[in-house]
Amino acid sequence: MSDVASGPESKTSKWSMVGKDPYAMPIEKIDLSHPGIWRANEFLPFMERLRSEEPVHYCPESAVGPYWSVMKYKDIMEVDTSPHIYSSEPTIGIVDSFEEFTLPAFISMDPPKHDEQRRVVQDVVAPANLKNLEGLIRQRVCTILDGLPIDEEFDWVERVSIELTTQMLATLFDFPFEDRSKLTFWSDAATAIPGGGIVSNQEERWEALQECFAYFIRLWNERVNEKSGNDLISMLAHGEATRDMPQEEYLGNIILLIVGGNDTTRNSISGGVLALNENPAEYDKLRADPGLIRNMVSEIIRWQTPLAHMRRTALVDTELGGKQIKAGEKVVMWYASGNRDEESIERANEFLIDRKNARQHLSFGFGLHRCMGNRLAEMQLTIVWEEIMKRFQKVEVVGEPERVYSSFVKGYMSLPVKLQPLD
Amino acid sequence: MVNIQFIEHDGSEHSVEVSTGGSVMQAAVTNGVPGIDADCGGSCSCATCHVYVNEEWLGKVGELSPTEEAMLSLSTDRKDNSRLSCQIQVTEELDGLVVTTPEFQF
Ligand code: HEM
Ligand code: FES
Repeated sequence: MSDVASGPESKTSKWSMVGKDPYAMPIEKIDLSHPGIWRANEFLPFMERLRSEEPVHYCPESAVGPYWSVMKYKDIMEVDTSPHIYSSEPTIGIVDSFEEFTLPAFISMDPPKHDEQRRVVQDVVAPANLKNLEGLIRQRVCTILDGLPIDEEFDWVERVSIELTTQMLATLFDFPFEDRSKLTFWSDAATAIPGGGIVSNQEERWEALQECFAYFIRLWNERVNEKSGNDLISMLAHGEATRDMPQEEYLGNIILLIVGGNDTTRNSISGGVLALNENPAEYDKLRADPGLIRNMVSEIIRWQTPLAHMRRTALVDTELGGKQIKAGEKVVMWYASGNRDEESIERANEFLIDRKNARQHLSFGFGLHRCMGNRLAEMQLTIVWEEIMKRFQKVEVVGEPERVYSSFVKGYMSLPVKLQPLD
Repeated sequence: MVNIQFIEHDGSEHSVEVSTGGSVMQAAVTNGVPGIDADCGGSCSCATCHVYVNEEWLGKVGELSPTEEAMLSLSTDRKDNSRLSCQIQVTEELDGLVVTTPEFQF
């Protein structure tokens, strides 16, 4: 997932806050939607100021228009659990004109339609099914880790995080393995900004999506005539509730799963390596007790917050944190801020792999739209860390990470590392 | 004190004594009963405190709110006796309550 504000930042961008003192500017000028401070890793003090001085904040002017920012854990919870006040339609992206695609996707629908559509597909990523996939996913994780160079610098994002997430998506769909890089391309193209590096114009983007649709229609047609299997497409083609679903609904769901499960998991895999390097005492705890991995995975997902925000639109005039929000206004929940809110999370600004209540974070959202892939993401990360700890004394970060230019996808373009084998 | 019994899907039993006022979810979590995650801390917005209420207790645990109903409907192993345990208040009347936890929370 990426947002439309991505793309080459001009040095003179009047919206950029990079290098500015968060406490020296008028508070209404703070604009978290601009991607500059996210790439420069300067967003934390801006969020901190808003949390303490104006936790429900109005930004009257920005490159994406006026919008409200919701900064505190409790207020975010209130917005996320009030779909009758704060709608997910027409889009959950901060930019109005950003039509992801016209296919139906339940992430940007309100009840009752949302609930009906989600019910149809959610079984495929429910824990009972994930059990069937675990062995194959573990095997593929092992192959990737065993192929890595020792004592030699390489890019963890490219060699591990992207490769693993792509393979795991391929596993989920039982997608022809040799074609798997297409999945990454289609995922990137689905949300790409023409000219941003992935596709150069709308036609190219549309071509990529057409190729994706044709491919998945072919897979459906093949699997519908075979015995039913454990993969997602086979389950949809044979499932009682899904086998007659309209083609565009099928494709909408496929795209949502490809996009939803891609960057988020990828950046959690990289973010964990970085967090453990920045907190060596936590890495020591992990080496002393790999039994902490499950708990650590939740803490990594909180710490990383792979999607920094989700957007809603007020359906009616309402009040939040003492502020009057009008019908039609954009409301942005900053999960990345709520996850650092000391009033709701003890020692929120520390990375603690043995934290109590580590599962109580905002990264998956709450309420009816709560991440459908949350158990899948946790399973993937757990397997990755179990296998890393069996092989390496340390995944050592040996240079500065390069961060994504986006206020939505919070992640890494590259992360240089060196592996130290177990003694 | 009120006695509540949690039975895991594999049959393991956990009996806890709690005072009234809290929720059945809290009774499990504060006493270390496995099988309940309660990711949202009791706000009826995660459905990871799902339990099955034993038939004879169904009449005593109160009605489902529309929100609880909506969250439960997104659970894959929903049954007629499904409840979100954070939405059941512990009262004297529930002394002896028996609930079963599902194999997975989702
Ligand atoms: C650490 C990894 C992940 C994070 C942080 C994450 C985050 C989120 C968030 C915040 C939402 C809520 C959207 C909203 O409220 O508007 C969401 C929804 C969703 N996620 Fe994830 N996600 C992750 C992994 C995955 C994976 C692996 C899949 C693929 C199976 C997936 C599929 C979905 C879907 C289908 C929805 C829409 C749910 C709905 O609208 O009911 N996610 N995710
Ligand atoms: S604890 Fe989240 S719904 Fe009960």
